[in-house]
Amino acid sequence: MTKLHVSTTINGEPAEFLCEPYDTMLDALRGPLGLTGSKEGCASGDCGACSITLDDRLVCSCLMLAAEAEGHELRTIEGMAHGDKLHPLQQKFLEMAALQCGICTSGMLVASDALLQKNPRPSEEEVRFWLAGNLCRCTGYDKIVRAVLETATDMREQGIREFRQ
Amino acid sequence: MNVITNNKWIGQRTIRPDGADKVTGRAAFAADTTMPGMIWGKVLRSPHPHARIKSIDTSKAEALPGVKAVVTSRDIVDFPIDKSVMLGIQDMRWMCRNVMAREKALFPGHPVAAVAATSEAIAARACELIEVEYEVLPWSVEIEDALLPGAPILHDFMKFEGKPSNIGGRIEVKKGDIAEGFAAAEIVIERSFATRPVHQGYIEPHACLISVGADNKTTIWSSSQGQFMVRAMTAYLTGIPQSDIRAIPAEIGGGFGGKTIVYLEPLATLLAKKSGRPVKMVMTREEVMRATGPTSGSKSTVKIGATRDGKIVAAQGTFYLQAGALPGSPIRGAVGCSFSPYDIPHVLSVGFDVLSNRSKVAAYRAPGAPIGAYAVECVLDELAEALKMDPLALRLKNAAKQGTKAAHGPVFPRIGYIETLEAAKAHPHYTAPLGKLQGRGVASGFWFNAGGESSAQVNITEDGNVVVTTGHPDIGGSRAAIANICAELLGIDYRRVSVLIGDTATIGFSNLTGGSRVLFASAMVVTQSTDKVIATLRERAAKIWEIDPEAVKWENGAAHPASPNAGQFEPLTLAELAAKAPQMGGPIGAGVQLNTEGAEGGFGTHICDVEVDPELGIVRVIRYTAVQDVGRAIHPGYVEGQMQGGVAQGIGWALNEEYIYNKDGKVDNPGFLDYRMPVCSDLPMLDTVMVEVPNPKHPQGVKGVGEVPLVPVMAAVANAVHNALGKRFYSLPMSPPKVLEVIEG
Repeated sequence: MTKLHVSTTINGEPAEFLCEPYDTMLDALRGPLGLTGSKEGCASGDCGACSITLDDRLVCSCLMLAAEAEGHELRTIEGMAHGDKLHPLQQKFLEMAALQCGICTSGMLVASDALLQKNPRPSEEEVRFWLAGNLCRCTGYDKIVRAVLETATDMREQGIREFRQ
Repeated sequence: MNVITNNKWIGQRTIRPDGADKVTGRAAFAADTTMPGMIWGKVLRSPHPHARIKSIDTSKAEALPGVKAVVTSRDIVDFPIDKSVMLGIQDMRWMCRNVMAREKALFPGHPVAAVAATSEAIAARACELIEVEYEVLPWSVEIEDALLPGAPILHDFMKFEGKPSNIGGRIEVKKGDIAEGFAAAEIVIERSFATRPVHQGYIEPHACLISVGADNKTTIWSSSQGQFMVRAMTAYLTGIPQSDIRAIPAEIGGGFGGKTIVYLEPLATLLAKKSGRPVKMVMTREEVMRATGPTSGSKSTVKIGATRDGKIVAAQGTFYLQAGALPGSPIRGAVGCSFSPYDIPHVLSVGFDVLSNRSKVAAYRAPGAPIGAYAVECVLDELAEALKMDPLALRLKNAAKQGTKAAHGPVFPRIGYIETLEAAKAHPHYTAPLGKLQGRGVASGFWFNAGGESSAQVNITEDGNVVVTTGHPDIGGSRAAIANICAELLGIDYRRVSVLIGDTATIGFSNLTGGSRVLFASAMVVTQSTDKVIATLRERAAKIWEIDPEAVKWENGAAHPASPNAGQFEPLTLAELAAKAPQMGGPIGAGVQLNTEGAEGGFGTHICDVEVDPELGIVRVIRYTAVQDVGRAIHPGYVEGQMQGGVAQGIGWALNEEYIYNKDGKVDNPGFLDYRMPVCSDLPMLDTVMVEVPNPKHPQGVKGVGEVPLVPVMAAVANAVHNALGKRFYSLPMSPPKVLEVIEG
């Protein structure tokens, strides 16, 4: 069987990789692309630890075929900070202890970022339902929800609409 | 020991040392590493709940191109049934049979063989080519079935009261004379309860990457709750000496007790040894659900007797806990913790370890204690109702305090249980108005906590900063707390303290991350190591100043001359002394290894509000307040986090989570879609109240905080549901079908 050649854009940079037709995007990220920040907790789209964005749409990379990345633009946790400058969500998660073991954190941050891009002024309920696809077994979600709400407030007050480069 | 007050760093919400890596995806968890030449391992698992393994033919699998090694139980060191070999609380007789079926396959998912191949797909194909001849045997899953006369016996060697039995053990806690106690009671309430097995639910599946050299030198990269446990168990099961195994702790993506034993490491080690290639193994979620954890399902009966004025005079509990297919359920927690919050003159608490054809249970947050507390705290709620007493007042009237002899043996030192009850009673939540179909429940809980072996090394770098190495995997922020403590003692900014987890070759033996022992024990060894470092720094300053070391004090990160030399010399900072180290006797650092003692138990009291949807049978938790005696909150953010996380797990256990078995004895819901853990939209904010009654036996007053928060939850939720509906539930989970059944009578 011949592998497929895929050309795509990941975190703003052109990327190419080879994959099997049945490989998931998560397989490709964690394998040939070496981007292990996205985690596999279930491989069935239930835990959200593999969350990435595909053309700004939040997806579980375990439910997407790697070949589908052709010609599209992906963003992963590895593209969230600018060098050593953390995204306000990343900084807030640290300040508010919104992570414990850290395995869900990549997906939580990617999903929260996608929410704030769409809705800079979410209510608690909107945050809770948006993040309902991201399982966390350590925190009880309290500090995560608070961190997202506080970040949203900070970003509005500081006039930050877009953190990306 | 004196507890330090007026702290600069202890009690601060500092940024955790491993934080930046974890918010950028840089932190390396078990499945995130590769090695050159690496191949993939897969496990062949039994499809049967109970079957004798008559033969295994691996020849076709071995002949498949790309297959590099196959192992079966023949490759694993046998521990004969008649001789116990203990490693901590685990018996290697059971561990060797759990990692790979020997005489019999004992549950669906039980490993039968393992393969390593050049790709995951080839390894999976090879597993299909292994021919196993099974003699399928009758099986049982549920406690009542396993205890029936004529039930299929899992192990011929197991006898109870002289007869073949599925009861693997019995323990008892006794105080006073139970018959005399109930004779004095004016009101007696006796109820029976059932809970279902629930999984720890860590999001990171078990994974490892292992390389074995031609000289047997073995490197294990895996996530666990103890790299020394991984080393010892792998050594036992493979025959490789511990000194040849270097177990490196990866970041661990949740454990909650479930990663206190090994599953994959011995198999991957043997595959790596046979193949001469590094072997990576990663479980699927389905494998995690079928073959690891969970905690026990249970059947229990609790009887409590009191006088009319609400004084509890006698209490009796009988707890049957599922062990899975090999002995070792957490009966000690159920039997020993359930009655400990109360001063009761007559107690009899008995537990039975019941085997059946399901995966061997693993520890889960305060193992056994939540099961016991669920029954006891629900009966207390009924007792308060019958006596027309406020449920917190009933608990206050009977609360254990300093000097109370606990049912499980010890006499309590200064404890903070009463403080948790008083704080709960005074909390605005307790008196807030409730709406229609809403209800409020309270419950308390106790966990022993633990000490044990820990090692630490504190080194001063040449530029005058600090590296602390400990031996415990950090699951929930222990590195952050250690940085706070070390910075406090040295009087420097916490950002100058780097805290690392050593591997088995670089730090001394340290017991598991579990039992709520890590911060208690590692703070002790780090404190003593730092004290030694400070003593060295003072000696060096004294030498430079040509005064007595006793006349040097250490303050704000520098040596200062004390009276009578106060003010005579300029202070010498940590950086200055570090720079002079080569001329002053060499590197500055100290290590301490201890078997720590003085861990005191912890108590919590929870308030839960629920709202019931009578149409759909859905119970929603709408407000929750957890109060806990935390000893001393070294890093309050991560103490609150432990409390909130325990509560969320308890809400899942109470309302949704359960293993569902089909008619073939297999788990029917082995994934996160059908095994329904709480998601973000299921929960409200989880309020916490940290009551600080310092542990008098610890330099910073630390008590374990991780286990207690799960103990009261199921009873608090159940009591709230009763308060909302006027109907009681005696089994978990209170899931929609069951709620509708009770509502419809």
